Amino acid sequence: MSKSYRDGLPISPENFVDQLMRLKRGSIGRRDFLGLTGLGIATAVMAREIGIMPTPAYAAENLGDRMSIATWPNYHDPQTFENFKKDTGVAVEVNVFGSNEEMLAKLQAGASGWSLFVPTNYTISTYKKLGIIEPLEMAKLPNFDGTQEDPRFTSEGTIDGTIYAVPKNWGTTGFAVNTKKLAKPMTSWKEFWDTAMAEGDGRTMVHDYQLTTIGNALKYYGYSFNSLKQDELAKAEELLLKVKPHLFAVSSDYQPGMRAGDAWMTMCWTNDGAQLHRDVPEIAYVLGKEGGEIWTDFYAIPKDAPNKPAGYALLNYLMNPQVAVKEHLANGAPSTDARVNKLLPKEVLDNPILYPAADLLTPLEFGAAATLTDPGRAELMARFKSA
Amino acid sequence: MHGNRFRHNILTALLLAPATAWLVVFLVLPFVAIAVFSVGERAPEGGYQAAFTLAQYANLPARATAFWNTMVLAPVGALACLLVAYPVAYYLALKAPPRWRLILLALVVIPFWTSLLMRTYAWMYILGGRGIPALLAFVGIEDVRLINTPGAVLLGIVYGYLPLMILPIYVSLERLDRRLLEASADLGAKPLSTFLGVTLKLSLPGVMTGFSLVMILLLGEYLIPTLLGGGKVFFIGNALVDLFLQSRNWPFGSAIAITLVLVSVVVLVVANRISNRVAGARRVDLI
Repeated sequence: MSKSYRDGLPISPENFVDQLMRLKRGSIGRRDFLGLTGLGIATAVMAREIGIMPTPAYAAENLGDRMSIATWPNYHDPQTFENFKKDTGVAVEVNVFGSNEEMLAKLQAGASGWSLFVPTNYTISTYKKLGIIEPLEMAKLPNFDGTQEDPRFTSEGTIDGTIYAVPKNWGTTGFAVNTKKLAKPMTSWKEFWDTAMAEGDGRTMVHDYQLTTIGNALKYYGYSFNSLKQDELAKAEELLLKVKPHLFAVSSDYQPGMRAGDAWMTMCWTNDGAQLHRDVPEIAYVLGKEGGEIWTDFYAIPKDAPNKPAGYALLNYLMNPQVAVKEHLANGAPSTDARVNKLLPKEVLDNPILYPAADLLTPLEFGAAATLTDPGRAELMARFKSA
Repeated sequence: MHGNRFRHNILTALLLAPATAWLVVFLVLPFVAIAVFSVGERAPEGGYQAAFTLAQYANLPARATAFWNTMVLAPVGALACLLVAYPVAYYLALKAPPRWRLILLALVVIPFWTSLLMRTYAWMYILGGRGIPALLAFVGIEDVRLINTPGAVLLGIVYGYLPLMILPIYVSLERLDRRLLEASADLGAKPLSTFLGVTLKLSLPGVMTGFSLVMILLLGEYLIPTLLGGGKVFFIGNALVDLFLQSRNWPFGSAIAITLVLVSVVVLVVANRISNRVAGARRVDLI
C-alpha cells in the first residue's frame, strides 16, 4: 500500500482528545490564535536538551547548540527539527505565532531571539524598510536553487534584485462549502456573498482579517483585492454591512464550525480547505473566478539573529528537496520548488485544492503591504465588526 | 526609643519594598507608557511615533458602539451571574450540612484550575452542532443552533465568572449572625421579609464586591464573546486586540485603554459609594 500524504498530517478528526491537542498546538487558525487567546506568544519547545556532537559536515562553523524559529502552528513536520538536531547538534525552539502583525511587533521591539522566521509575502518589504531583515548570503544556502522556483511565488522575497527571503510554500484564499447543505454549485465570490444572505443565512463565516474579508467583498464588484480607492471601499462596506446580520461568525477559526455542521460556508485558506475536504468529503474548496488572494510564506533571517550560523544551517537544511517534501506532506501546502514537486506523490499534485488549474490562478492577486497597513481599511473592518 | 522607631520604619519599608517594586514595574510604568502612547501618532507602518496630540482621544467616537456594547454587557452579565450565584452562596452558607460545606466550596473553585480558554473551548463543543443540538436531534428536535447566539455568550459569562460572585457573597452570608434571623422571626416577620430585611441587607457588601469584581473583569472581556458569540458583537476588548495586533494602531489603542481604565475607576467608586450607603456604617472593601 502506498503511503498516503494524509499519514503525515498532524490532525486526526472526530476525536475530542485530538481536538484538545489541536488547540494545545495552536492550530485554530494561525492568524487568529493569539488574537483569540491574548496569551502572548505560544511557545512550544521542541527540544531543549543539548544535542549530540556536531557532524563534520557542519563543524566548519560553530553553530552553537540551540536556535529559535518563529513560524505558524501546524506548519512543520516535527521530525524535521529532530533530524536537524541529530545532524548538527543544534536544538530548535519553535515559537508559534498568530499573525504577521504580531511577528512584526515582536521583531520591531528587538531581541526577539529568533534566528529564522516565516513571514508572508506582503510583509517583506516592510521588514526591509524598517531594517529588520538583511540580504541573505546565498553562498550559505547551496541547497536553494532559484532556477527551480516559480518566479510568480518568489518575486516578493527579492527587492531591487537582492534576495531577502526564500519561499517556503504558497497557497490561496478561497471559500469552503458544505455541499450537502448548499447543493447549488458555486464558482464566484458574487455567489458566496449572495448565498450568505439567502440559503446560507446564519451559516456563513468570514475571516476576522481585513485583508481577506474586505478584499473578497471588493471582488463582488470585480474591484482589485488590494483596492484603496474610496468609492470602491465604500461599495465593499455597503455589501459587508448588508451581509453582517446574516453571518454565523466573523472568525478565522472556522474549522470547528464547519466540522460540526454549524457553519455551511466559510472563507478559507488552502491548508484548511485541504484538511476539511480530507476529513469531511462533502466540504468543497472553491476559488472565486473573479480572483482573490494568492500568497507565499517565506523564510527570512532577522538582522539581530542571535545565532546566524545555525539560522543559515537550518534554512539550507529546509531547502534540501528531500527534507522539504516531508514538510509539504506534513502541512499540506503546495510547494514553490520544482524539485520538491517532482518528489510529491501524484495524489497531492492532482489535488485541485492544493494545485488549482492555471486559469483559476491567473486572476489571483498577492496581498500588498499597503493594503495590510492601510488605516482606512482597518477602520472599515472595525465598523463592519461593530455593526 | 528613637532608634526603635527608626528600625521599625526601616523594617516597614523593607517589607513593602517587593510589593512596591512590583507595582511600579508592572503597573505604574506600563500605565505611563500607555499614557505616552495615547498622545502619539501611528507610524506609517504601524506602531507608535512620538508626537503630542489629542487626536486619538478625539477619535474615540469611532469606537462608540464597542463602548456601548461593553457598557451593556458588563452590568447585564454581572446581574445574570448574581442571580445564579446568590442561591448557591445562600445554600452553601446557611443550608448546607457543615461537613459538606468544604467539599461543595472546593467544587465551586476547582474549575478555576483549568484555564478559561480551555473551558470556553469546551463550551464551543457542547453548544456546537455535535453537542446539545445533536442530542436534541436524537429526540426529534431538529436544526437547533445554540452556538454564536447572545444566549451562548451569557451562558459562557455566567459559567466563567460564577465563582468570583459566589465566594464574596458566601463570605458575607457565612458571617451573618443567626440570632438576628431568630430575632426577626420572633418579632413576627414572615420568612420573606426576614430574608429581604435582614439576610439580603447584611449580605449586600458581599453582593457589591462580587458585582464590581465581575463587572470590572467584564469591561475587558473579549474571549467569551469571540468564541461563543462568533465575534459578531464588538466589545472594547475586541477593539483593543484589533488595534494592537491587527492594524497596529498603538496610539489609538492606548487612548481607548486609558479611557477604559478611567471608566473602571468610576465604576469602582460608584459601587463603593452605593454599597457604603446601603450597608450603613459597615465598611466595605472592594477587591
